[in-house]
Amino acid sequence: MSTATATSRIRPRWHPKPSIRNPWLRYGLFLCGLTYLVLALSTIDVNWGRVVQGVDRARVLFAGLLRPDFVSRYEFIQIGILESVAMTVVSTALGVALAIPFAFGAARNIAPLPVYLACRAIIAVSRSFQEIVVAIVFVVMVGFGPLAGVLTLAFGSIGFLGKLLAEDIEDIEPSQLEAIIATGGSWLQAMAYGVVPQIMPRFVGLSVYRFDINFRASSVIGIVGAGGIGGALNTSIARYEYGTTSAILLVIIALVYAAEYASAAIRKRVQ
Amino acid sequence: MALKGVDLSVPAGQVMALIGPSGAGKSTLIRCVNRLVEPTEGTIRLGDVDITRLTKRRLRSARRSIGMIFQEFALVDRLSVMENVLSGRLGYVGFWASWLRRFPAPVVNRAFELLERVGIADQIDKRADQLSGGQRQRVGIARALLQNPKILLVDEPTASLDPKTSRQVMRLLVELADEHGLAAIINIHDVALAKQFVKRIVGLRDGVVVFDGSPDELDEVVLTEIYGEEDWSLPRGRDRDEEGVEEEDAAAAVATGSSERPASAATASALGAEAP
Repeated sequence: MSTATATSRIRPRWHPKPSIRNPWLRYGLFLCGLTYLVLALSTIDVNWGRVVQGVDRARVLFAGLLRPDFVSRYEFIQIGILESVAMTVVSTALGVALAIPFAFGAARNIAPLPVYLACRAIIAVSRSFQEIVVAIVFVVMVGFGPLAGVLTLAFGSIGFLGKLLAEDIEDIEPSQLEAIIATGGSWLQAMAYGVVPQIMPRFVGLSVYRFDINFRASSVIGIVGAGGIGGALNTSIARYEYGTTSAILLVIIALVYAAEYASAAIRKRVQ
Repeated sequence: MALKGVDLSVPAGQVMALIGPSGAGKSTLIRCVNRLVEPTEGTIRLGDVDITRLTKRRLRSARRSIGMIFQEFALVDRLSVMENVLSGRLGYVGFWASWLRRFPAPVVNRAFELLERVGIADQIDKRADQLSGGQRQRVGIARALLQNPKILLVDEPTASLDPKTSRQVMRLLVELADEHGLAAIINIHDVALAKQFVKRIVGLRDGVVVFDGSPDELDEVVLTEIYGEEDWSLPRGRDRDEEGVEEEDAAAAVATGSSERPASAATASALGAEAP
């Protein structure tokens, strides 16, 4: 033991290496960041008078939220919710169906380069816009209502599922695919036997998860007129009917929970 | 990885073991036969058919007569044993029939027979990943045989198996090749196992055939020539960029033509990538 202490004494001191070696650069960057943060903060004009007024309004809002009112706008809520659910189901089915070819096209180990690039580009476009932005575009194109919502959600699903599924296809065990090709099966058969079984659990999991996401998104895009419960939510706030707002939020929460529980149960089964 | 001037011919009913150090080109050689690896030069013949000249469509139908058995079994893990065996028949059925698992009754019956023959008839509906290594290789063998092949390409069938199972699998392969009058090429690392079960051994070193004879002729001198220390230690990346040919022939026809030409960059990399 004494030897161990002796050797440790002659060892040089050790420090973890800093991720930026040059100290000037290291502290300089830190200082720049801090300066910008302070400057940025100073441009945000806080009007304290309005904040105080806002506290008052917030109290009214929260008081309303604590008294959910399902009754006075019952039909309104019901129609909105049913519309949201319908939009979710249709858009998920449509999105999943459309995403499958893009997923195969965007998998480098399967698709030829031009197809790969085209599919990746479309997926990238789909992924780069938030639902609200896409919804506004579709509302302009096809008018107010659930059709715009369905198109929005389906479009988003293509990018989401296409990308994640393509990555899963790229991760398959290639020997299984090779064995199917070696039997003389066609390209489609090679996909059906060599690829599909390998990606099935993830495919089901992602589809169910996307269903989840689409339901939540369907409650937001209504705000820009793309159908669903979001419109009702927006209207209730505009009319200061916070009881109804609260009721709608509670229904959304319940449905999101139900969808999440169901999707977890389904994903567990397909493992 | 490359093959140079390989000229081999395997008659129907003969089991040939292919030995040689890792990276000698064994795997490349058998993969050239069904063109999972495209040879750059030379010809490969199966009976009267020149495999190297086939169009994609023709190649697919030629592949039906070439059964392949893999080191890591290459079963589709999430499919059942029966589905895996039936997948050997994909080249004969249409897409929808295979998608819906509607295989013709005689094919299903044959699959049952083969599963019985290889000794796993009681595992039919189990998922492939639930089987032991030996059982999985039996499924692989049944899948290859359901193709009704003329030749079996067997890539390191025992490398993932214990010694006892290895012997059982080798015995089964040799018996089945005999029963069905199949030509078979078996890549194998285990020289003792090869000597025990097959009548013809070919030694490959650096893509060149350095031995072709019976197990008795395979003595220490020959082994040194095949596995020489220097060759063992050769870094894989340094392999010659030369590409050859090999020749296959299941029933009768004689193989010809082998050449030594620099491989195209594409082929060299493709072959290099598949080296174990």
